[in-house]
Amino acid sequence: MSHTLFIDGLEIPFAPGQTIMDAALAAGIYIPHLCHKPGLTPHGSCKLCTVDVDGRSAAACTLPATAGMKVDNHTPALQEVRKTLVQMLFVEGNHLCPTCSKTGDCTLQALGYHFGMLDGHFPPFYPLREIDASHPDIVLDRDRCVLCELCVRASREQDGKNVFAIGGRGAASHLIVNSPSGKLGDSDLTLDDAAAHICPVGAILPKNHGHEIPIGRRTFDLHSVTEADVAHVGLQKTEHHDE
Amino acid sequence: MHLAPLPSLAKQPSADHLLHRLHQLQEHHRYIPAETLAPLAAELGLPISQIEAVIDFYNFFHRTPRGCFDILFSNCTSCGDLALMQQLCELLDVQPGVTRADGKVSIDQTSCVGMCDQGAAALVNGRTLTKLTTEQLPQLTALVNTATPLDAWPVGWFSVQDNIRHAGLLINDALPAGAGLRAVLQTDADQLLAEIKQSGLRGRGGAGFNTALKWQLCRAADAPEHYVVCNADEGEPGTFKDRVLLTSFAQQVFEGMALCAYVINARHGFLYLRGEYRYLLPSLEATLAEMHATNLLGENILKQPGFDFDISIVLGAGAYICGEESSLLESLEQKRGVARVRPPFPVTHGYRGQSTVVDNVETLLAATHIAVHGGQWFRDHGTAQSAGTKILSVSGDCTAPGIYEFPFGISLQTLLETCGGLDAQAVQVGGPSGTLVSREEFGRKLAFEDLATGGSIMVYGAQRDLLAVVRNFTHFFAHESCGFCTPCRVGTPLLRKYIDKIAAGHGTAYDREEMVRLGKLVKRRSHCGLGQTAANPLLDLLEKFPQVCSERLLHQDYEPFFNLDAALATTRDLTHRDDAEAHLS
Amino acid sequence: MSKIRIATTSLAGCFGCHMSFLDMDERLVDLLEHVEFDRSPLTDIKHCQPCDIGLVEGGLCNAENVHVLREFRQQCKILIAVGACAINGGVPAMRNHYTVQECLEEAYLNGVGVDNPMIPSDPELPLLLSKVHPLHEVVRVDYYLPGCPPPGDAFFSILSDLLAGKEPSLPKAMLHYD
Repeated sequence: MSHTLFIDGLEIPFAPGQTIMDAALAAGIYIPHLCHKPGLTPHGSCKLCTVDVDGRSAAACTLPATAGMKVDNHTPALQEVRKTLVQMLFVEGNHLCPTCSKTGDCTLQALGYHFGMLDGHFPPFYPLREIDASHPDIVLDRDRCVLCELCVRASREQDGKNVFAIGGRGAASHLIVNSPSGKLGDSDLTLDDAAAHICPVGAILPKNHGHEIPIGRRTFDLHSVTEADVAHVGLQKTEHHDE
Repeated sequence: MHLAPLPSLAKQPSADHLLHRLHQLQEHHRYIPAETLAPLAAELGLPISQIEAVIDFYNFFHRTPRGCFDILFSNCTSCGDLALMQQLCELLDVQPGVTRADGKVSIDQTSCVGMCDQGAAALVNGRTLTKLTTEQLPQLTALVNTATPLDAWPVGWFSVQDNIRHAGLLINDALPAGAGLRAVLQTDADQLLAEIKQSGLRGRGGAGFNTALKWQLCRAADAPEHYVVCNADEGEPGTFKDRVLLTSFAQQVFEGMALCAYVINARHGFLYLRGEYRYLLPSLEATLAEMHATNLLGENILKQPGFDFDISIVLGAGAYICGEESSLLESLEQKRGVARVRPPFPVTHGYRGQSTVVDNVETLLAATHIAVHGGQWFRDHGTAQSAGTKILSVSGDCTAPGIYEFPFGISLQTLLETCGGLDAQAVQVGGPSGTLVSREEFGRKLAFEDLATGGSIMVYGAQRDLLAVVRNFTHFFAHESCGFCTPCRVGTPLLRKYIDKIAAGHGTAYDREEMVRLGKLVKRRSHCGLGQTAANPLLDLLEKFPQVCSERLLHQDYEPFFNLDAALATTRDLTHRDDAEAHLS
Repeated sequence: MSKIRIATTSLAGCFGCHMSFLDMDERLVDLLEHVEFDRSPLTDIKHCQPCDIGLVEGGLCNAENVHVLREFRQQCKILIAVGACAINGGVPAMRNHYTVQECLEEAYLNGVGVDNPMIPSDPELPLLLSKVHPLHEVVRVDYYLPGCPPPGDAFFSILSDLLAGKEPSLPKAMLHYD
């Protein structure tokens, strides 16, 4: 059996063991994603990579590719679903772009641009979440956390540490720090950890680098999320967000 | 006044299970003090963040002290009575969710406690109170205020009845202990698997996966260890049949686990018992001990060389999501009960990554009977696609709530005639995650091919406000969402906001449309069964009882989500103003 | 043909969106061929008459904001939420991290350099809402013009579309939340 699947009618190859997302990225096809990053264990929580596979909804980042699979990706209906999911993420947290030093380099924001999102649409949740500035080099602003667990995975899988975890349940789920005080300053996170730089939003930010690149000259001011996130495009995110 | 601190669990291989250690800490201190986390983490060899994460995930663990008497009223539409909770709060001078200043008492609500046939129900320090009435509240208040230990409370208050109203194939079939195992050991595991296959047995939790196929896949899976897990996390509101099966037929359930173990080559099994059924622990432990004593468990079971099988009980701590099999496995692994990505499925990658069968209590019970009588005996009942009988938990507005066992394929109408529920305007079949059925559909059949149910049948009489019922369910799902995926984590609280707005008379047609649009997204795009069913009640309501919603709608284009005048209350107080400009209409 | 009537206001905002509106520069001259201004900082008219388009900058932080917004919604056929603050609270919404009581106490009672500490109370002073809200939580909003501020080109784009009787759409390059 040939190892190919179809994304929006286009036949693309896949290697056994690859997910739909792996195959798509390798073929230069953009499937929107926020919690996914090649090299880390797929997570499947943000659901922005939602596709319809032979009529059934699935997360492209976790579903293994199989031969002959017919995947709907860039359809108006799915783009609308994904836009709604971005709006849901915006109202769930406190995402005030003009006050955030990640603006312009934020993947959530870029996804909003990609889907033509103009507003949060739903009633905001106004959560009261703790800010942790105890670490000398890194600040943790939970207001902006989207619970993608990229930092959780990067710390465990790339840094060989275990700095972050998700605690709580449901809408009260929140990022926690694995240290006796629960404070970042008491953890073993260091500035050269992947986990310190992987945050797609402005929740985990290195201190003292906020405005090295002016607004208007940042990654998503110059590029769309589709360019920046397709693996073979060698784009670097600006300033301190580089890996 | 403390409940006996799970003494039996200390002897178990699972004594050091994080959930049990947290139960013990919660019980001893009335909360889990921050300073206990680091020593516990060191002792169990777990990251401190994992312990913290687990504490905050499960409802029965707290970071601040609860009262010496912590009373949790069920908020289920069948076994809950929040008016009663309010009355008790007033009598005890306590706010819901806030521990009284003297530390003696705290009162709150909790999801269905599985006493729907004998409500109103509550838990006091983990022990179940049934048939609560207004009349007993003054006495209860006195017992709390005098710090009377629970053992000195009227015994009858804690009595739980089986209420078996209609017994069928399984419940009527009295079996001597070990009958299933003895029958099978005369042949072999292949023969048992063939009989289970012949029986057509499908999972009784509601999803209806073919049991023989599950066992076969697990058996064939190439993993070093195999496990059998009995899912006794019966959390679907309106379901209580597993409570009865574990009260009066536990031996047959455990035997079913051993039979499964025999087929899949498991050496160890778990019964994951919902925290609300903690009162069952002593009797379940006694049953296990008895089975050990009679060589129905342990090593070389019934002298069969190499047939070793043991069962541990793990007690949950208030999380509906743990009834979802992959969440249950996460919970068994001492983590938050978050649904896993599937595939891979538990039969190949289950408990600790090993091949695992997770079966419902009733499925395992049925397996024992099938082992004795053969597959055809079972298959002769029910329908072509839904073999055998179903044990139903009937509650709500009917004259005889309780347990009913009927062959699959009976109509809802027949069931309602039997339980005295013919006045119903609607029935919720399968619990909040199931289907809201209107009178016109009472001819429909209870079967996997028509109305599937894990056993919950909630009857709603003509007087019930269906919008209030559906609002209750919508709140339930928002409360129980694990928070893993965006559609459910954000969508279920949003649905709650919309239905609250409509129920309060502030909704517009636009809000209703938005609620439907969102509901469909949550249903189609969520990660697991919880999110995929969370919008069912309100979507069913709007389809089948549209007037219930439309008569509450405002005939205007738009209405805010929040009360503007209330949003000025704090600043009115701070400025001591009450002039016209200090208010908003 | 009568001119299209536009009203503009700034609620809990910084007037930056208005400044950006003026960044249309010489295109304003052309625009004035087709439009006239009702209530606006540009005209100093205090209350709105019936208008075709209302541009509202800023979110809702106090009771007066609510009154003004309601007047705009009542009088304007098309209501446009302009800028980050109108759309999700923006910079003023940073105070939502605290209770309104904490904010007032910090500003008028406990703050550094406060003389004669007291929380002002005067019917002339609008009372603060407990939180800063976006416009769409209180009235129906027809269109959104994001940005902090939206660029002058974006104003020109949306107004040109509306004047031409077209459903307005914003070119991707003009879509920014910052």
